Amino acid sequence: MANVENLKLRLEQRYSHFNFISQIKAEELTLEVPKENLRPLCIVLRDDPELKFEQLMDVAGVDYFQHGVSEWETVQASTTGFERGVQRENFINPPISAKKNRFAVVYHLLSITHNHRIALRVFVGEEPLFVDSLVDVWSSANWNEREAYDLFGIIFENHPDLRRILTDYGFIGHPFRKDFPLIGDVEARFDAAQGRVIYEAVSIEPRTLVPKVIRTDHCEGQEKNG
Amino acid sequence: MAEIRNFTMNFGPQHPSAHGVLRLVLEMEGEVIIKSDPHIGLLHRATEKLAESKPYNQSIGYMDRLDYVSMMCNEHAYVMAIEKLLQVTPPLRAQYIRSMFDEITRILNHLLWLGSHAIDIGAMSVFLYAFREREELIDCYEAVSGSRMHATYYRPGGVKSDLPDNMPQYQASRWRNKKELKKLNANRQGSLLDFIWDFTERFPKHIDEYETLLTDNRIWKQRTVGIGVVTPERALQLGFSGPMLRGSGIAWDLRRKQAYAAYEYLNFDIPVGLNGDCYDRYLVRIEELRQSNHIIRQCVDWLKQNPGPVNINDHKIVPPRRVEMKESMESLIHHFKLFTEGYCIPEGECYAAVEHPKGEFAIYLISDGANKPYRLKIRAPSFNHLASLDEMTKGHMLADLVAVLSSQDIVFGEVDR
Repeated sequence: MANVENLKLRLEQRYSHFNFISQIKAEELTLEVPKENLRPLCIVLRDDPELKFEQLMDVAGVDYFQHGVSEWETVQASTTGFERGVQRENFINPPISAKKNRFAVVYHLLSITHNHRIALRVFVGEEPLFVDSLVDVWSSANWNEREAYDLFGIIFENHPDLRRILTDYGFIGHPFRKDFPLIGDVEARFDAAQGRVIYEAVSIEPRTLVPKVIRTDHCEGQEKNG
Repeated sequence: MAEIRNFTMNFGPQHPSAHGVLRLVLEMEGEVIIKSDPHIGLLHRATEKLAESKPYNQSIGYMDRLDYVSMMCNEHAYVMAIEKLLQVTPPLRAQYIRSMFDEITRILNHLLWLGSHAIDIGAMSVFLYAFREREELIDCYEAVSGSRMHATYYRPGGVKSDLPDNMPQYQASRWRNKKELKKLNANRQGSLLDFIWDFTERFPKHIDEYETLLTDNRIWKQRTVGIGVVTPERALQLGFSGPMLRGSGIAWDLRRKQAYAAYEYLNFDIPVGLNGDCYDRYLVRIEELRQSNHIIRQCVDWLKQNPGPVNINDHKIVPPRRVEMKESMESLIHHFKLFTEGYCIPEGECYAAVEHPKGEFAIYLISDGANKPYRLKIRAPSFNHLASLDEMTKGHMLADLVAVLSSQDIVFGEVDR
């Protein structure tokens, strides 16, 4: 793989007017791009002969709603355990992350000519969530953006065919948002009396079997924060 | 005068050549396709959402169920993502085992593809031959993991256990006499590696058999040559990868270009097509079968000569051995913590891609420092390939749609996730 440091330098020298923040972690280059500069930057990334990102591999919606929030505080805990029974409150009023921007879209680009990758992260801002569509830059954005729309409710402006893709016909809500319950809202069953499949509110209770804990003293090779 | 309208037709979701649960809404003008609109999501199980509610190791099994004909390759991308964030490297022997099983998986996948592609187009017997060979490879899966399909064999930090010294054998039963049993078990007398070696000795001849049936077959060529042509430029635009991209003439293979596991030490060629039609994609995959066979032989050779550990020696990530657990308190605690809580991954994100039999399969993993993934995005090759179906089939006949669809090698576990 080509050197990501060089790629980062080249981008910063030539295209700093797009106001992106670049970061290298684990040999992967990620640019945090302001929403309005996304489309022009993508066209440049595709067409610059030294960059040549011909392929858009992936579009991932991300919901930072509960980023960094754990379900079980373990730093001081010594006498408290984690209740594995049904606890509705945890699901109705979940603790919220301190992050300002809730939704982001992450694009993964690949250059076959130069054999390098890059990731672009765009924070979408407040609802309604709008971001420019990239279908006219890379055709592969089509279904990927439909998926992000379906699962996160992010609206891609000027998308030719922004329909739901993975969820059921007539589905309500955006299931991959962190405040959408894992068990869903409705369940389907066949009703013999009416002779058709009907939807009802879910009957199962949500529960957490393994609490989400955040430890900083746990793994080797990790910076110890004390 | 009667009004002339296009005909709208429903194809699937229950259709033998829909490769699972694909619903296509086709707009037809006579027998010519004007527009095809795939409706997917009938097998959507929210794997990515489920993974967010489980410790990392508990989701490995879900990866098997994505592309359920190339199980271990899916696991590979997932464990690679975890290892990247944990900054651990599995021992070289584990890397070779992974490469070998990736290639076994590739053969498994391509054989299933070959069989179903042929059966879609109307050749019955290839299917039966392909399944004859698949059986032996699935036995290899069973020998290492105990499961014939959903192996959960790759683990962060290595693989579940080392390769077995004895190949499991067929047992005597009412339906098999001694002579038959002896014949069945003839190549199962040694270790798993001996068994795989024996398979690779025979397999090239089997590929020749498939080729005899198909490659120069007039009907086969009539059905596939010039059907579903994708130019290299469009292939890049549409996000193609794997055999679909190589079929269009672009020599791109992650095993070579962004080598992972033991691929940098292994020798193989990257086949490419010329025209980007169904026939070229068929030829590319057939050649990949031969190349995979070649890679497996190199791995077997290396693995026979180089015994060693198959896991890293960090019991925060890899469970300690049973014996240690009985004797050491530390090990007991490690085991308990690992299976009740798992391990925490430092905050960060990464994109780990492997050359999956179908294309670039990647895991985009975001961790917020917890014992569960914060967000797991699965980049499934089939998803992008299926998205291009409309473009590939426009102007073709209905029967060609089936040829194009099966030449894309679609599996719905992965498209719908």
